[in-house]
Amino acid sequence: MSKASLATLSDASPQYLDYLRRERWTRITVRGSQIGILVVFTLLWEALPRLHIVNPLFTSYPSAIWPTFIELLRESQQQASILTHAWSSVFATVVGFSLATVLGVALAAVLWRSDTLYKILDPYFVVANAMPKTAFVPIFYLWLGATLSVYGMSLAISLFITTMIIYTGYQGIDPNKIKLALTFGATRGQIFRKVVFPGSVPSLFAALKVNVGLSLTGVVVGEFQSANLGLGYLIQYGSQIFKLNIVMTAITILALISVALYVVIYFVEALVTRGR
Amino acid sequence: MRNVGLRYFTAKGETEALSDITLEIPAGEFVSIIGQSGCGKSTLLSLISGVLMPTEGEVVVDGKQVRGPNPKIGYMLQQDYLFEWRTILDNAILGAEIQGTDLGKAKDRAVQLLTRYGLGKFLKHLPRQLSGGMRQRVALVRTLCTEPDIVLLDEPFSALDSQTRIALADEVADILRREGKTTILVTHDIGEAVSMTDRVIVLSRRPGRVKSDHRIEFASIGGVRPAPFATRNAPEFNGYFNRLWQELEVHVEG
Repeated sequence: MSKASLATLSDASPQYLDYLRRERWTRITVRGSQIGILVVFTLLWEALPRLHIVNPLFTSYPSAIWPTFIELLRESQQQASILTHAWSSVFATVVGFSLATVLGVALAAVLWRSDTLYKILDPYFVVANAMPKTAFVPIFYLWLGATLSVYGMSLAISLFITTMIIYTGYQGIDPNKIKLALTFGATRGQIFRKVVFPGSVPSLFAALKVNVGLSLTGVVVGEFQSANLGLGYLIQYGSQIFKLNIVMTAITILALISVALYVVIYFVEALVTRGR
Repeated sequence: MRNVGLRYFTAKGETEALSDITLEIPAGEFVSIIGQSGCGKSTLLSLISGVLMPTEGEVVVDGKQVRGPNPKIGYMLQQDYLFEWRTILDNAILGAEIQGTDLGKAKDRAVQLLTRYGLGKFLKHLPRQLSGGMRQRVALVRTLCTEPDIVLLDEPFSALDSQTRIALADEVADILRREGKTTILVTHDIGEAVSMTDRVIVLSRRPGRVKSDHRIEFASIGGVRPAPFATRNAPEFNGYFNRLWQELEVHVEG
């Protein structure tokens, strides 16, 4: 707080102080409740199995996660370290995410360029987006093999919705901004580079935030089937040998990864749209 | 401009926006076109600028038929449409960027113009940090930065409050006269047309045709053209205003 506002605070009206107090209370309530929900959830998860209200075989305990994690860090002959699994999943997600973003931007640009093409392809896009892509996991495995099928599934799940969000962003550009560029004699390419693309950066980031979660989903689903590496594989393996400790540990790491990826995008967005 | 007509086509039918318009505007003249909303005033400017092509007739600028946007023509739209992701200076040089002319020179010129019009301190600011009047001045600089001979103004003050609008009209008229530009101003504001321009052309209702053509002179304030604000006090002002008012047949329809 600057000195000026401190000075005004000391002779502020009681109503204003009251207003500040209420604002602070709202902030405390929100943050406190957020932490509270997490604590209650974790406590229930720990307590219910211990009291044999639910079968611990199916749920494991939160307190078991850290020891399991330490245990899984070690590499054995049959099994890679959990960090290797996690890295494999993160890498595949980054590959799928980047491909979906680049292809989505390009595909949306092509659709923006040709209204006719958009009209032709529109129903296919709607169906492709609505279809459960996970149905293709076994086929992708046959076609692409263990590693590529994971990337492929990640891309397949995130590409269509990414394209559609970005295309909607392109469509949302004020036509008068395009007219302005036209009065200077802009070509279609210039309109795209100077008006449409920079103007739709906010929707690009909206698409990326959706995309990153879907890419991770695609990776995990792909790994269920095909890989002998990755958190998806570890979940599958752990549930087959009925070691829920392993499953829950892998899921916890997935949650942390998805938060981390989201935070990265959030900061890139803040950096790009700084001052807007 | 000879026998120009334009029809818009949609699936529901065609709309005749302009019909058989013939106009000649000599170089250096400051002309305004008035008419009721929807009479095709803006369409006329789009035709002159080459953004739209006429369905009948031809538009000739400087002896050449208009076939597309022409760097000699600057077109200022109803709102500033500054790009919120560009700084003021980068917005001002957009035209040079698109036309592929010398960027260094355009930058110098933009800085010079922006400074002259009181925006020198805001070169690195973003549009949302500026007031409406300032933004519209940036839009004018953006138009003038490509050094057009002809400037088209499409209700450039309509988005502003009435004080800003009168003050800015003074400024813009002064700037354009000093730079010796041929200017066509489209407006629905009779006062603005009379006070700013040398000649007022009235368009009829849709389909727009030239209804009448008036020369505006203020003999009582001496030979030179006075500033727009000063004309509002001239004895001739009300006469012109009333005549144009009748021409426009303004009716408020319920």
